[in-house]
Amino acid sequence: MSKLLILIVVLVGALAVAQVARVYELTSRLRGKREEDISPADNRMNARLMWAFLVAYFAFFIWLIVAYKDKMLPVAASTQGVETDWLMNFNWAILAVMFVVTNVLLFFFAGKYVYSKDRRAFWFPHNNKLELLWTIVPAAVLAVIIIYGLNSWNNITSPASPDAVVVELYAKQFDWTARYPGQDGRMGATDYRLINGDNPLGIVTAKSIATRLAEIDTEIAEEEARLQGVLPDDKVAEIEDHIGYLGRMASRIVNLRVVMEQDIKENGEASTYLHGADDVVTKDFVLPVHKEVDILIRARDVIHSAYMPHLRIQMNAVPGMTTHMKVTPTITTDSMRTHVMHDEAFDFILLCNKICGASHFNMQMPLTVVTASEFTAWVAEANKKPFEPAGTQPGAMAILPDSTVNLVGDSTGAAQAPSTGH
Amino acid sequence: MGAHAHAAHADHGADHQHHHEESFISKFVFTQDHKMIGKQFLVTAILMAWVAVIMSVIFRLQLAWPGEGFAFTNFFLGDKWAPGGVIDPNMYLALVTIHGTIMVFFVLTAGLSGTFANMLIPLQLGARDMASGFINMLSYWFFFTSSVIMLASLFVEGGPASAGWTIYPPLSALPKAIPGSGAGMTLWLVSMALFIASSLMGGLNYVVTILNLRTKGMKMTRMPLTIWAIFFTAVIGILSFPVLLSAALLLLLDRGMHTSFYLSDIHIAGEALENTGGSPILFQHLFWFLGHPEVYIVLLPALGITSEIISTNARKPIFGYRAMIGSIMAIAFLSFLVWGHHMFITGMNPFLGSVFVFTTLLIAIPSAVKVFNYLTTLWRGNIIFTPAMLFSIGLVATFIAGGLTGIILADSALDIMVHDTYFVIAHFHIVMGMSAIFGMFAGIYHWFPKMYGRMMNTKLGYLHFWITFICAFGVFFPMHFIGLAGAPRRYYSYTEFTMFNGVVDLNVLVTIFAITGALAQLIFTGNFFYSVFRGPKSVQNPWKSNTLEWTTPVEHMHGNWPGPLPVVHRWPYDYSKPGKAEDWVSQITPLEPGETEDN
Repeated sequence: MSKLLILIVVLVGALAVAQVARVYELTSRLRGKREEDISPADNRMNARLMWAFLVAYFAFFIWLIVAYKDKMLPVAASTQGVETDWLMNFNWAILAVMFVVTNVLLFFFAGKYVYSKDRRAFWFPHNNKLELLWTIVPAAVLAVIIIYGLNSWNNITSPASPDAVVVELYAKQFDWTARYPGQDGRMGATDYRLINGDNPLGIVTAKSIATRLAEIDTEIAEEEARLQGVLPDDKVAEIEDHIGYLGRMASRIVNLRVVMEQDIKENGEASTYLHGADDVVTKDFVLPVHKEVDILIRARDVIHSAYMPHLRIQMNAVPGMTTHMKVTPTITTDSMRTHVMHDEAFDFILLCNKICGASHFNMQMPLTVVTASEFTAWVAEANKKPFEPAGTQPGAMAILPDSTVNLVGDSTGAAQAPSTGH
Repeated sequence: MGAHAHAAHADHGADHQHHHEESFISKFVFTQDHKMIGKQFLVTAILMAWVAVIMSVIFRLQLAWPGEGFAFTNFFLGDKWAPGGVIDPNMYLALVTIHGTIMVFFVLTAGLSGTFANMLIPLQLGARDMASGFINMLSYWFFFTSSVIMLASLFVEGGPASAGWTIYPPLSALPKAIPGSGAGMTLWLVSMALFIASSLMGGLNYVVTILNLRTKGMKMTRMPLTIWAIFFTAVIGILSFPVLLSAALLLLLDRGMHTSFYLSDIHIAGEALENTGGSPILFQHLFWFLGHPEVYIVLLPALGITSEIISTNARKPIFGYRAMIGSIMAIAFLSFLVWGHHMFITGMNPFLGSVFVFTTLLIAIPSAVKVFNYLTTLWRGNIIFTPAMLFSIGLVATFIAGGLTGIILADSALDIMVHDTYFVIAHFHIVMGMSAIFGMFAGIYHWFPKMYGRMMNTKLGYLHFWITFICAFGVFFPMHFIGLAGAPRRYYSYTEFTMFNGVVDLNVLVTIFAITGALAQLIFTGNFFYSVFRGPKSVQNPWKSNTLEWTTPVEHMHGNWPGPLPVVHRWPYDYSKPGKAEDWVSQITPLEPGETEDN
């Protein structure tokens, strides 16, 4: 009912506007002029409004800059960010000149050359010199912008040095997890099929493969038990589909195990499959100051984007591939708090910047930048809690239950190579 | 077909009383007359635009006052999606998605090109009708059907598509990731498939008509810039829309047929999917191969319209006619080589990124040429401020403001920090959204007398322009600052972060301007529909314009001209030519002995 009333009010309002316009038109006709003719007074009014707008436009712009310049991002806290900020200011300086010149000309001309019956417009259809001028000048300015821009781009995107600290960021709806390489300094391989409650990143180890296979085994048994009961046909089909799916999953995981064993045989200690157990999976995202960090980024479900505005870096997290970005933090969280922000609660933030679902707006993780010595201490402490606590040595194949292999049949028959997540 | 239609139209032309015999259905519904089809596109686009505007007001309310209930929100979304008037986060994303889709495709592509290409191509080139009236009619009805399906998708169980108008998979492929990726997304894809078919039929017709049906004397270099712009728009559309269609079809297969074009290694809702080997980035390449040219599909017709209107109302030839054509060509060509600048931070090879930086910044050169040519056209002109002229000047202003921030975004090193923030929202709404809609308004005010034989109210037009113009900057200018403070786009609210506290008050300012701007469109809509029926009768050539459409009778007729088609003797911009009595010379006026054609 209220909706109907609102609609009626809107309609009546529209009619009222129409009637006012009609009255206005009729009265102007009585005064002997057609409303749609543009009178000299109309022209003058609009011409003056053009000038007024120019002033208001620039005033608004300047007010925004003055009122909000301290509420923008604080000083860049990474070497990459310092470079980006310099480049940004350099570009703004050029653009500001272009902005002011073109707008002043536009609104000044619009307001100045208002129509007069006694005057004719200047016949000026073309002029090659002028046209050449404003092709070459923008081209030259853009060349400068491109050269400086690409120089910074190359610095920022070049590969990280081999001795950089390596950290992995793992995104899923709607949180972030960090992974550090652990005692051996190397990240282990991952596979998304191994993900479960205890292995949120799907790190590949002999144990995690065995655990996952055992889980699937149990699940199949449960589903088969359900089939024993009395069920409608569509439910039966659904369960059979699910059992088929679980079987295929298990066979892919067995494939993965074959690949893993092969890789270990060929590469020995260098195999990435031997480096997962000691990895540190954590919700604490800690980086050392003044040290280059190579951040590997992966996603579990949809595309996310790892955005750290204070460090001026960002890279998408894409399911099925690993992306990289490097950063060298220059200010610790403590110095930010005491010297820059004067706010004890300040934290660097990692936030998601690619639409990823309902809670996209709250997918965040604080980032702590610490001194080199603090970082060493933190790593030593974190390494005490590896992904797989000691006792399960990498390569310990003996713990695999044989029943799983029997369940999924001959593993050598399946041709599909498993993904390692890299 | 073309020749036959021509003959038929010539018969009609001989006796213009004939149109009385048409039934309502063949005149207003399944019409093959280009003028009526243009008007159908326009009215449909106005209705669609209102849907998108109301959506934007709803999400602007949420952004300004997050978590507060609004009767307005509840009125449109009901208790399911807005309990207590507070919008649901999923519905927020859905509105953002559909607002973008409708504005970009249904309003600024179909509404702008569909209206003005149909109205102006035959009229400005001296043709009886489009090359194929039947395909032209189909083009509208495909568009209409696709609009209906898009609107229907608002009412499905899980809500409409919610993955953003760019519908990046896997989010758009997995209903488990977001409810809008269920039936809503399927309808979105079906609707877009029909839309693309419509756009291709329209585009082919435009190109064929422009190349083949120009009247005697209408050389390519005598075509108005509107036609040049529409021509390249149609070419861009024909070359790029099929790529979006293939992207959409592959996405449909991934969604329904267990293929893995875009999906790989995904673990969602506690289960690992079997898809391996696909790449979500592939979709982005396909999408932006259309998506970037699409920017010029909406922008070029607006620039063409503006060129025509600025020249007419400055009573001065457009400066650098050939440079204008050249820059349209350059923009059209380059538009196919820049799509990667939307993907600098997807993990793309940095060298490839460098190439896209280079090609993208090249586009700034023809754009700068256009701006300076507009400025020079205004210089020492004799300017009449019709509402159309105001919107055209407004377009130049937004084109400058938005174009300049484009240079920041094209610079990949800077894009890293502003990518997907409100800075991007500000940039593309100003340079593409506002410029194109200003071009569309300019075109409507300018050619309204041609479309309906009546005049729109000028005073209301002034009011509409000034409120809209001020609000456009009031809405989108502060967004640059919100973006530079690091605020990401497509966030339901910013209350979860303290770092945005300094700029959230700007969101209130933006919303107030947005609501005012939306209300100003009531003035336009009222003026438009009132004038269609009750506006004062127009004279044949109200703006004293040179182009051919103003030589047709005010009352519409099949075949456009009674008697033979006009013959063209000069370019369209002989305004204030020295030695002429009037400050305009119609294109059908023969050159005087010794007079040179100055283009």
